[in-house]
Amino acid sequence: MDKHTISILVENRFGALSRISGLFSGRGYNIESLSVAPTADPSVSRMTIVTVGDERVIEQIVKQLNKQIDVIKVWNVSDHAAIERELILVRVNAGDKNQDEIIRTCQAFGAKVVDVSGSSIALEMMGDESEVENFLSLLKPFGIKELIRSGTVAMIKEGK
Amino acid sequence: MEKFGAQILVESLIEEGVDTMFGYPGGVLLYIFDVLYDSPIKFILVRHEQAAAHAAEGYARATGKVGVCMATSGPGATNLTTGIADANMDSVPIVAITGQVTTSLIGGDAFQEADAVGITRSITKYNYLIKDPRDIHRIIKEAFYIARTGRPGPVLVDVPKDVSSTTAPFEKIDSVRLRSYNPVLKGNPKQVKRAAEAIAQSSRPVIYGGGGIIISGAAEEVKELSQSQKIPVTLTLMGLGGFPGTHPYFMGMLGMHGTWAANRAVRDCDCLIAVGARFDDRVTGKVDEFAPHARIIHIDIDPSSIAKNVPVQIPIVGDVKTVLHQLLKELAEIKPAPRGRDKWLKEIATWEHEHPLHYHNGNKVIKPQFVVEKIYELTRKQKPIITTEVGQNQMWTAQFFKFDEPRTLISSGGLGTMGFGFPAAIGAKLGRPDKMVIDIAGDGSFQMNIQELATVAQYKIPVKVVILNNRFLGMVRQWQEHFYNKRYSHTCISCQPDFKKVAEAYGVKGYRVDHPSEVAPVLKEALFNDEPCVVDCRVDREENVLPIIPPGKSVYDTILAPPRRKKGGRRRV
Repeated sequence: MDKHTISILVENRFGALSRISGLFSGRGYNIESLSVAPTADPSVSRMTIVTVGDERVIEQIVKQLNKQIDVIKVWNVSDHAAIERELILVRVNAGDKNQDEIIRTCQAFGAKVVDVSGSSIALEMMGDESEVENFLSLLKPFGIKELIRSGTVAMIKEGK
Repeated sequence: MEKFGAQILVESLIEEGVDTMFGYPGGVLLYIFDVLYDSPIKFILVRHEQAAAHAAEGYARATGKVGVCMATSGPGATNLTTGIADANMDSVPIVAITGQVTTSLIGGDAFQEADAVGITRSITKYNYLIKDPRDIHRIIKEAFYIARTGRPGPVLVDVPKDVSSTTAPFEKIDSVRLRSYNPVLKGNPKQVKRAAEAIAQSSRPVIYGGGGIIISGAAEEVKELSQSQKIPVTLTLMGLGGFPGTHPYFMGMLGMHGTWAANRAVRDCDCLIAVGARFDDRVTGKVDEFAPHARIIHIDIDPSSIAKNVPVQIPIVGDVKTVLHQLLKELAEIKPAPRGRDKWLKEIATWEHEHPLHYHNGNKVIKPQFVVEKIYELTRKQKPIITTEVGQNQMWTAQFFKFDEPRTLISSGGLGTMGFGFPAAIGAKLGRPDKMVIDIAGDGSFQMNIQELATVAQYKIPVKVVILNNRFLGMVRQWQEHFYNKRYSHTCISCQPDFKKVAEAYGVKGYRVDHPSEVAPVLKEALFNDEPCVVDCRVDREENVLPIIPPGKSVYDTILAPPRRKKGGRRRV
C-alpha cells in the first residue's frame, strides 16, 4: 500500500469535482488530500489527489478517472520525477522561553512567522512531504494548537 | 430565431432521431408537454416512472438507437433512478430528461425538488443541469453523443421549469466536440498481433463473449473468428445472441448457472479470448480459479474494464467489431494451422454429454423449463425478442431458449432489476413492431411493474407476458434451500392476485395454465395474434436452477443435481 500523487486536468465545470470525489467514495478509494484550482486556462482546473493503494487499486483509480467525461488528462505523478509541495499553517504554544528555539527551527526550514499572540506563534511553511513531517515533529514538543495543510500540489519535471 | 426552451428541447430531440418517448408528466414539465402535444414524437404514458426508464432501455436494446424517457422533478426523477442505474450497469444508451424546479428556487427545498444531478451522478455516464435555454440544443446533442458512443450508457438532463418556459435564440450546431472525451475504436496493432500469435499457438482456446458483441454489432466477426480458427464459444447473459445458440461450437452460457461444459472449458483452456465482457463475479466465481492456465486476451472499449477483476496478459482497448476485423486480418496473414483443436472440441463434447442441461419433466406438474422450451419450439420461425424479469425465470430462459440473433434477448444483467422485463418488452415492441415480443416473467418480478398492463391496454401494444408462477421469490428461496438450511425466510408469496383476472380487469387477455398438457395449446392461442396478453403458468413451486456454482466457488464445486427432498417433512414457509 503505497502513497500515490495523482494529477488531473479537468474541465472547470460545476459538478466535476463532485463526480471525481464521488468516484473515490463510491468505489471505496481513500483520498488523503485533494487540492483543486484553475490553471492558466480558466476553463481547465488542476486537481492533485494523494491516495493510498496497491498497484491494482491505483491502476483502477487512474482508469476510472480517465473514463470520466470531464477529465482531460491524468498522471500518476509518483511514476515520474516531480516536484511536490505542500503549504502548512501551524500554530504552536510559545511561552517566552520557547520562542527563540521555535524561531531557530523556522529558519532551518525556511518557514515564516505569520502571527504572534501572547501564548502562541503561527507559522507558515512550505516543503515536500518529508520536510513538512520533519518540521512538524520538531514543533510537536512545544504543543501544536492548530494545523492546517493545503494538501500536496505537484509538477512533473520536464524531459524526465 | 427566438424560441421557447421547451420548443428547442423537443426540436433537438427530433433532430436526434427520437420517434418514441416514455414518460410521465408533472408540474415543472408542463411547457414541454404542451409542445409534445403537437409534435410527431410518439409519447407513451407509462404508469410509473421506473417503467419509463426500463421501456427506454428495451427500446434501445432492441433497436441499437438511444432510448428516451422523461419524468418530472422530485419523485419523478427518483423513480427513474432504478432504470438509470440498470442502464449504467448494462451499458444501455438512454437519455433521461427530468424536470427541475425553477432555477431561482433550486436549493430551497421547493415543492417536488430533488437534486437529480447529485442523486444520479454515480449511476450515469454523464449528467447535466441546464441553467440557460441557450444551452439546451448543445447539451441535448452532447447527451445523445455521449450516450451512444464509447461504452454506451445513460445520460441525464435536468431541465428547470423556467429554462423550458423562457425564450432563447435557437442556433443549431452541426457536431459535438468534447476535448476530454474521445473513445478509442481501433486496437493497438502490436497488441492485436500478439493476440493473433497467442491464438495461433493455442491448442485449447475459448471465446468468452459478452454484451459488447451485441452493442458493437460484431456477431458476424465473432462467428468468423470461431469458425475459421475452430474456437468454441461461451457467452455471458448479456452476450446471448451474439453467437448462434444452435451453433455446434456454442457451449452455452458460462458462470454461476452456466453449463458444465462451458465452465469446464474455461477452467481448462490455454487461451481465453474475452470479447466485450467484463469478468463479472457471477461469471468468474472464485477469481483465482478462473481460467487459471490461460493466456487472457481481453478486447473491450472500456479500459477500466480491463484487468479490473482478473489479470490480463494481452489487453486490447477498442471497439469490439473494429478490433475483431484487425484480428481476423492478422490471422489471415499468419495463416495459423490450428493445432489440437479437434481433440479440444471432442473433449468439450464429452463434458456436454456428461452433464447436459436437463430437468425431470413430468405429466402432472408444469416444469418451468418446459414452458421456456415450448415457447422456443413454437416461435422458432418468428425469432421473437425475449425479455425476462430477474431470478429463476431469467436463468431458465438463458439456459433453455436458444438465441441465434443479436438483440433478441433483453434482460437485466448487471443490476438484476426485478420489474425490468415487462416495461422493457413494451419498449422493445415499440422499437421493433415487426417482432414478436415475449416477457418471460416470474410472479414476484411481474408484480413490481404490473401497473403497466394499463399502458399496453391503452396503446394496444401486443406484448406477451408468460409468468412462470411458483408463488415464491424463487431464486432467493433456492439459495435458502442450498445455503440456509431451507429456512424460507420471507420468500413465499403465495398470497397473490389471480393474474388472469388482473389482466382482464385492465382489459388485457388473460390465461391460466395448470397442467403440462395445456401449455402448448394455450401458448399457441396466446402468442400468435396482435393483442397483449398474460399467461399465468402454475409451475412446480420448488424447482431449482441447475447447475449452480455457489458464490465465490469454482467449477469443481458445481451443484449439478437436485438435492434430495425429505418426504413428508414440513417446511417452514
